[in-house]
Amino acid sequence: MSRIASTFAAIRQDRRAAFIPFIMAGDPDPDASYALLKAMPEAGADIIELGVAFTDPMADGPSIQAAGLRALKAGQTLTGTIEMVRRFRAEGGTTPIILMGYANPIHRRGFESFVSEAAEAGVDGLIVVDLPPEEDGPLRSAAAAAGIDVIRLATPTTDAERLPAVVSGASGFIYYVSVAGVTGRASALETDVAAAISGLRQASSLPIAVGFGIKTPGHAAVFGRLADAVVVGSAIVDRVAAGAEALEKGALDTNSFVIDVAGFVRELAMATRLARKS
Amino acid sequence: MTALVPNSFRTGPDEFGRFGEFGGQFVAETLQPLIQSLGREYARAKSDPAFDAELRHYLKHYVGRPSPLYFAERVTAHVRERAGAGKGAKIYFKRDELNHTGAHKINNCVGQILLARRMGKTRIIAETGAGQHGVATATVCARFGLPCVVFMGATDVERQKPNVFRMQLLGADIVPVTSGRATLKDAMNEALRDWVTNVHDTFYVIGTAAGPHPYPMLVRDFQSVIGIEAREQIVEAEGRLPDVIMACIGGGSNAIGLFHPFLDDKDVEIIGVEAAGKGVDSGEHAASLTGGAPGILHGNRTYLLQDDDGQIVDAHSISAGLDYPGIGPEHAWLKDIGRAQYLSATDDEALAAFQLCAKLEGIIPALEPAHALARAIDKAAEMDADQILVLNMCGRGDKDVFSVMEYLAE
Repeated sequence: MSRIASTFAAIRQDRRAAFIPFIMAGDPDPDASYALLKAMPEAGADIIELGVAFTDPMADGPSIQAAGLRALKAGQTLTGTIEMVRRFRAEGGTTPIILMGYANPIHRRGFESFVSEAAEAGVDGLIVVDLPPEEDGPLRSAAAAAGIDVIRLATPTTDAERLPAVVSGASGFIYYVSVAGVTGRASALETDVAAAISGLRQASSLPIAVGFGIKTPGHAAVFGRLADAVVVGSAIVDRVAAGAEALEKGALDTNSFVIDVAGFVRELAMATRLARKS
Repeated sequence: MTALVPNSFRTGPDEFGRFGEFGGQFVAETLQPLIQSLGREYARAKSDPAFDAELRHYLKHYVGRPSPLYFAERVTAHVRERAGAGKGAKIYFKRDELNHTGAHKINNCVGQILLARRMGKTRIIAETGAGQHGVATATVCARFGLPCVVFMGATDVERQKPNVFRMQLLGADIVPVTSGRATLKDAMNEALRDWVTNVHDTFYVIGTAAGPHPYPMLVRDFQSVIGIEAREQIVEAEGRLPDVIMACIGGGSNAIGLFHPFLDDKDVEIIGVEAAGKGVDSGEHAASLTGGAPGILHGNRTYLLQDDDGQIVDAHSISAGLDYPGIGPEHAWLKDIGRAQYLSATDDEALAAFQLCAKLEGIIPALEPAHALARAIDKAAEMDADQILVLNMCGRGDKDVFSVMEYLAE
């Protein structure tokens, strides 16, 4: 069983939702970013989404755009991101890691060589925002050969007619983008998400994660009751941004930076974990 | 058996929006159902005589089509003075700069706004570089009473002030975009972000023959009026087809509009001219075909300016309208199969052609077609005097006079 599948199996046994934090690889700098990655499991991350920086992230709001640019400015590359994962595994990290980004950097590398490098380094899944089902064939066949998952996205605009095409060929889990929009902006209504999830459950037996617009432990608790996993990105990245400024001014050292961001992740993880117990 | 040349170059794209290996629909899932419904609606509109009649009506009475095909006698004489004996082709301008709003952009905007109305959309967004597409979109929005939001790189807002004011007069809201280099590509990112957020009521009027399918196709179709007219007009004037047709290329909508109706005329040589900025070797240019590599951006697979890590590299050109790191996918395909040839012209060459055209023809061209003119003058000089070259004068230079004044003062 893959690391992602066994994680969801264990969580089901626990009768709780998984918590998936997003951090941008290389943000604000390679060292602080790796230290943060290392701290994620202990802070309660069941799966980690690691952002692959791109100059033109068209589905992201200002927070994640800025995070990518900070990482690129600090010298982050696709190779550097894969190396972060390799080191995390070499140092004993077992938490599933999903790389999330855009098509061009991996297209430039070549889908096949990228996927085999990523799999070999210990990456478990991929989310490529601008490869919808119509365009992800080459990536999926490479990923299937390497044994890693390509996570499909479903959105409020994915209607019943289209849903079967989205879920067929999905692997790992389904990521439900709960609002039509970019990351880090509006939040979805609980009733809308509940309806969407019940539609997804009829169409697929894969676990369902909910993301976009989930900013607080309160939101995490709401969606943790509905979905199998809760994803938080921009709110964590905003915390990183605040820390990055303090790091740069010398007002904060790397440890204190990690403690601060991981503290926030812990709150979110706890809220998700306890959602079904209240 | 001969080479793998298609029977026709005019059948693309395929059902997946591909021109060869270029094009496609590389957008977030949220947008995918929207562009598919746009594709279906466009297919219905295309086969609806009422839509065609409406389009023709506005092109004639509102845009002012057909635009003339004009023999540029003094530019031709200038070329012949410098060319060898018996050399120097006749140069014609397809005068799309005479269109309402001063460029070819309006051809496409009229088509898309009629489509938006058919689809019941109540809010229009657009990206703009030089501001010509923004002005054209704001114009048709004013004409049809639809609210219009134009995303424009903050850098371009600064260097294209007259167009910003024009758009405001026309009632559009201008959103200066500060992300990235704050030029056209960033404006397009921001427009896509707006669209993904306002999916239900908003129609995105893309200004060039790029983006996710069906945009490259529908923009091409709406701009093809340029080539269709030019083909008829040159036959009327000269009794035959031209030997060479040329146009400048940013995203490539004016060029594909001129080129497409000629693609199957195998004796017509087709040349696109990209912006070489300070020189293709300088690293500061906008020549995606000459100096880029295939990649995925803004919904399509095409040639892009990018680094080894797949990060998009900023384009540079004196002309804001060519300052884009990508190119329409049909051009990428035409280059790869060799049906069209793509050259480039530097800022300085474009400036020289800009001034030459003003002095010799009394036509102040936009900086964009001035790039094409720079290469057309060289090309015509190599051609025989009984040959014919048609250049798309796709925009007028009113918007550029202040920035050219500043450049020349430097």
